[in-house]
Amino acid sequence: MGTSHAPTLMQRIAGRCLAGLAWAVTGVRPIWDGCGPGQRQRIYYANHTSHGDFILIFACLRAKERERTAAVAGADYWHAGPIRRFVADHLLRTVLVERNWVERSQDPISTMLAALDQGQSLILFPEGTRNMTDERLLRFKSGLFNLVAARPDIELIPCWIENMARVMPKGAVLPVPFLCRVVFGPPLVYTPDEDRKVFLQKARDALLRLAPFETDLQDE
Amino acid sequence: MSETTRLFLGLAVVLTSASAIAAFLSWRSPKPLSSTLQNLNVRIKAWWIMIAAISIAFLFGQGGVILLFAFVSFAALREYATLTNTRHADRWTLLSMFIVIIPVQYYLIWIDWYGLYSIFIPVYCFLAMPALTALRGDTQHFLERVSEQQWGIMLSVYCISHVPALMTLPIPAYQSRGLLLIAFLIVTVQGSDVLQYIFGKLFGKHRISPKVSPSKTWEGLVGGILSAAALGAALYWLTPFSPFEAGALAGLACIMGFLGGLVASAIKRDRGVKDWGHMIEGHGGMMDRADSLVFAAPVFFHVVRYAWT
Repeated sequence: MGTSHAPTLMQRIAGRCLAGLAWAVTGVRPIWDGCGPGQRQRIYYANHTSHGDFILIFACLRAKERERTAAVAGADYWHAGPIRRFVADHLLRTVLVERNWVERSQDPISTMLAALDQGQSLILFPEGTRNMTDERLLRFKSGLFNLVAARPDIELIPCWIENMARVMPKGAVLPVPFLCRVVFGPPLVYTPDEDRKVFLQKARDALLRLAPFETDLQDE
Repeated sequence: MSETTRLFLGLAVVLTSASAIAAFLSWRSPKPLSSTLQNLNVRIKAWWIMIAAISIAFLFGQGGVILLFAFVSFAALREYATLTNTRHADRWTLLSMFIVIIPVQYYLIWIDWYGLYSIFIPVYCFLAMPALTALRGDTQHFLERVSEQQWGIMLSVYCISHVPALMTLPIPAYQSRGLLLIAFLIVTVQGSDVLQYIFGKLFGKHRISPKVSPSKTWEGLVGGILSAAALGAALYWLTPFSPFEAGALAGLACIMGFLGGLVASAIKRDRGVKDWGHMIEGHGGMMDRADSLVFAAPVFFHVVRYAWT
């Protein structure tokens, strides 16, 4: 599953190349609005509209931080063909979880916790899938809550990814250059014994607060 | 010493003294620095980067300058596109703007095909782009989307490409020195930006268009244009012009540059943004630096072409 702590040389090079490519196309810049680039172990949670999303977050992190960070992605998608499988297992650092309730052999939470316990930071898309609707954010799945309840010491950083749906929407082969930004918000505070629903709503609101005014005609 | 060396040495001297003065002022004044002083530091830093990029391009000659401005077009178009209304159906049009129109336009300048590069965008792309958009079938806000695309490609590709096109003008007794003409245009137009800013800060009272840009005043404009014309006259040795002609052309380029800045401000107001982008940290985007050149370059090009070739 490609989740051992130290990234391989190939993963390191691929990470750097992808970050460079993302910068060339989108000129991506991090906006640190409430937290800074840091050394602490973190869970970055973000809105999800495009396959390019986690690459954009990668591109915003410093090399050292990037090397300890892995994106959480759906095993059903990334293991659905030899090319995807190679990309997910050997080129990128991904923590693959099984999204299918009925047939799954491994609990996604334990997979993610194992990665956290190896010292990795995670990029998580709590909507669970790419958002294709006109809603700004879908309902959050409980995974985020379960992780934070089990490992409350890890910093939880909301990240709003801007414009990536325009650069590379679902089904697009080539990216169209638009300027992108990633806004990193203040760490989310979890109080022990917080209710799941209340916490998830709080996490969702914290992320929405980072979103700027929408200029796209799609919303009208 | 060649004119190019003299020019770049001169620029280095001017910028070094500007940096020294700004550093001295920043050192003397109370912290945190006033916004005027911060802005000054930021502008000087942007200037260093600009001069460095242009000198490297000049080292590679014609090809280097064409590549540099193709890149300027790319960055400017990306900033522009980000501010416009786009829909999923526009993807192919937008993508072709970046990967077809920019390379073709600059290639046509490279091979010096004036008959095509002067009409490729205003005729062929003008018609092809809405056709491509219509073929995709999405008619919602069609007119807005198509108009915004046209504007973007004209401003950020067609107009900017007239800077390197200056190299191709066959001016008698001025062969193979076209790079200097580019340097002349850039120095006077960018210089006028700074001079208008300084005159405006020192003497500015009567605003020209407070709704569009509160910092533009008549005093700044007149002072900036007159002093930039004087700068242009002083740089006549770079050009095929007499000192008087050089001054007049510099003045004309600066008036156009002023209008470019005004239009760019109006677009930013309309979209509710302060800067075009974030090219260089804290310095705004490419268009924030190139807006005056966008308007000045095609007019300067055609006046010189009409009167000197």
